[in-house]
Amino acid sequence: MKNSNDIQNESPSGLAKYKDNLLSLKSSFLGSFLRSGMPTSDKSRTAVVVNNFFLHLHGAKTHINTLRPSFTLGLGIISFSLLVIAFISGGFLMVYYSPAIETAYNNIKDINFVVFGGRLMRNVHKWSGEAMIIFVLLHMARVVYTNSYKRGREFNWVIGVILLIVTFVVNLTGYMLPWDQLSYWALVIVANIAAAPKELTDIFGITQYFDIGGDTKKILLGGTEPGQDSLTRVYLLHIIVLPLAICTALGVHFWRIRKDGGLSKPDAIKSTGNGVVNITPAQKTGGIFPTHKTYGLMELAKGRTPAVDNDVENTVTSWPHLFIAEIAIFILTLAAVIAYSYFVDAPLKELANPMIPENPAKAPWYFLGLQELVSYSAFMGGQGLPGLAIAGLLMIPYLDREQEDIGIWFSNRQGKMIALESFVVSAITVIGSLAFVINFGWFRNWWPNIHQLWIIAINPGNLLLGFVVAYSLWVIKRTDSTRMGAISLFTMFLVSYVILTYTGTVLRGPNWEFYWSASQWPIH
Amino acid sequence: MSEKARDKDKVTRRDFLGLAAFGAAILGSIGTLMGSLRFVKSDVYAEESKKFKIGKVENFPIGSTKKLDEKNVFIFSDDNGLFAISAICTHLGCIVFPAEFGFQCPCHGSQYTKNGDVIGGPAPRPLEWFQIQQEVDGTLFVDAGKIVPQGTKYIFA
Repeated sequence: MKNSNDIQNESPSGLAKYKDNLLSLKSSFLGSFLRSGMPTSDKSRTAVVVNNFFLHLHGAKTHINTLRPSFTLGLGIISFSLLVIAFISGGFLMVYYSPAIETAYNNIKDINFVVFGGRLMRNVHKWSGEAMIIFVLLHMARVVYTNSYKRGREFNWVIGVILLIVTFVVNLTGYMLPWDQLSYWALVIVANIAAAPKELTDIFGITQYFDIGGDTKKILLGGTEPGQDSLTRVYLLHIIVLPLAICTALGVHFWRIRKDGGLSKPDAIKSTGNGVVNITPAQKTGGIFPTHKTYGLMELAKGRTPAVDNDVENTVTSWPHLFIAEIAIFILTLAAVIAYSYFVDAPLKELANPMIPENPAKAPWYFLGLQELVSYSAFMGGQGLPGLAIAGLLMIPYLDREQEDIGIWFSNRQGKMIALESFVVSAITVIGSLAFVINFGWFRNWWPNIHQLWIIAINPGNLLLGFVVAYSLWVIKRTDSTRMGAISLFTMFLVSYVILTYTGTVLRGPNWEFYWSASQWPIH
Repeated sequence: MSEKARDKDKVTRRDFLGLAAFGAAILGSIGTLMGSLRFVKSDVYAEESKKFKIGKVENFPIGSTKKLDEKNVFIFSDDNGLFAISAICTHLGCIVFPAEFGFQCPCHGSQYTKNGDVIGGPAPRPLEWFQIQQEVDGTLFVDAGKIVPQGTKYIFA
């Protein structure tokens, strides 16, 4: 007994320990939170990245090439920032919105005119979502033009294309939620585009047995015409299904960037130490491991360690160099979205009226290029051509496997020339074919009784796509380089999308007729 | 055929069971997927009936045209009888309006003759014609679920 009393006297009593713990609460909590102490040395800066759930998505060190603003233009981070803004503002909107056709429109009106900050919040949600489309497309353009879809990044490009599609669809479903005239008639048009394979099944006379178009439309609408069930389904897609799809695909997208060795970069890149970046010849190293010895399992499994290349000396700690850049881009994006939303209001028309279509009834702007195409054939414009365009985008990294000149804008001088040439050629072709159709019409105007199959097979949209494919093949033949073909193909895709969208948005008026501007529209 | 080659071609019990299990798993997955898709294609639509009354014959004197806005149907009456033409464009479902040549769609510029035949724009099919019937008390009703051949006109007493 005496012995154990001695021991107790030597160590502090329970209450004393409790008191000490209480006094050191701040430092012990911070220690447990940060785990590696304040990031003041390179070692602890590395540790903070490795130990933090949110930061460990990044490498502990970042290559200087990744931080070059002129390389990425920050487009990926801008897109992600817009997504975060849209998620948060969308959560706020859900406080007042309920997806019932009797109340939805009034809820949006309340948000716009009654709720404190409601109009700004709705504008922020709307514009951040739509800006995502622009920046995701620009981000794709950066990846194509800097040759960054190679060396293990092929599948990440595929995920990127999926993210582009989801971005389009999530914007579209959001457009339908206010249940105003815009929502209603966009839903009608989209549902009928979903039903467009009917054009084909009708021709073969099998619609009554196998009506895939009609069934898709019924599944989308939850009925044969837009109603409560349609709004429920669109809402479900907009707030659960598509956001989950985005989060999942984006998680994989980010994770693979790390696993594929960070952003693409030229084979040899060297910092002179004062911010100037020079490209130098690659350093040769020998041995079975390309640059260094390792016993890491990851290297044995993959053949190389993630994010390590033969120029380790050209990396800097991610904290603070990378994080400061990311936070700056996020803040600038948020500021730009709020400023734009302060001045420009999201549209809201009259309550949905199934009896009176808008004239012109236009889809949201990002689909007006497609609407221009569906004004030739609903099936080709709404499903066939977008499907082929997406297939073409998906195949780019698998059809162009040249491994040179990675991480350099336009690869080389020839690439710049090809991009410029494709830009000019496709601009002239697209504008020319639109001008032709606007002036002279198409088959149905010349031969009113022509069979629908002819129009599905031969219409300006198909001819444009055929031209783009043929021209990029010719570029490959002429330059002996699939890389040049990829540059050409993507340039023409982008130019066509922009010009068609512009035409559908600005140059089309009532009855889808051509007007130079909305001020020339006839007054009813 | 040598002994070895035959052995190579032979499906062992292990292979057979493995393939059978794999096939069953694939079939089961497809079945589950189809069933799930069938779930979202509802059997009951909370929609109004496709049949609707349009009143007595006297409402439609010969030569008259009426548009039933809520039903998106035109009712015409001429020397050969009554007929009902859908106002829903067969392209993408907008509502057509009467024009000199017949009907015009505001969305993508489809144009139809007075009989509903396509004469311009992207519409793939003519406008639909609906069945008109008479109830015992003399009231007429249109069944927008029943499409009749173009030119079907009805004469009622």
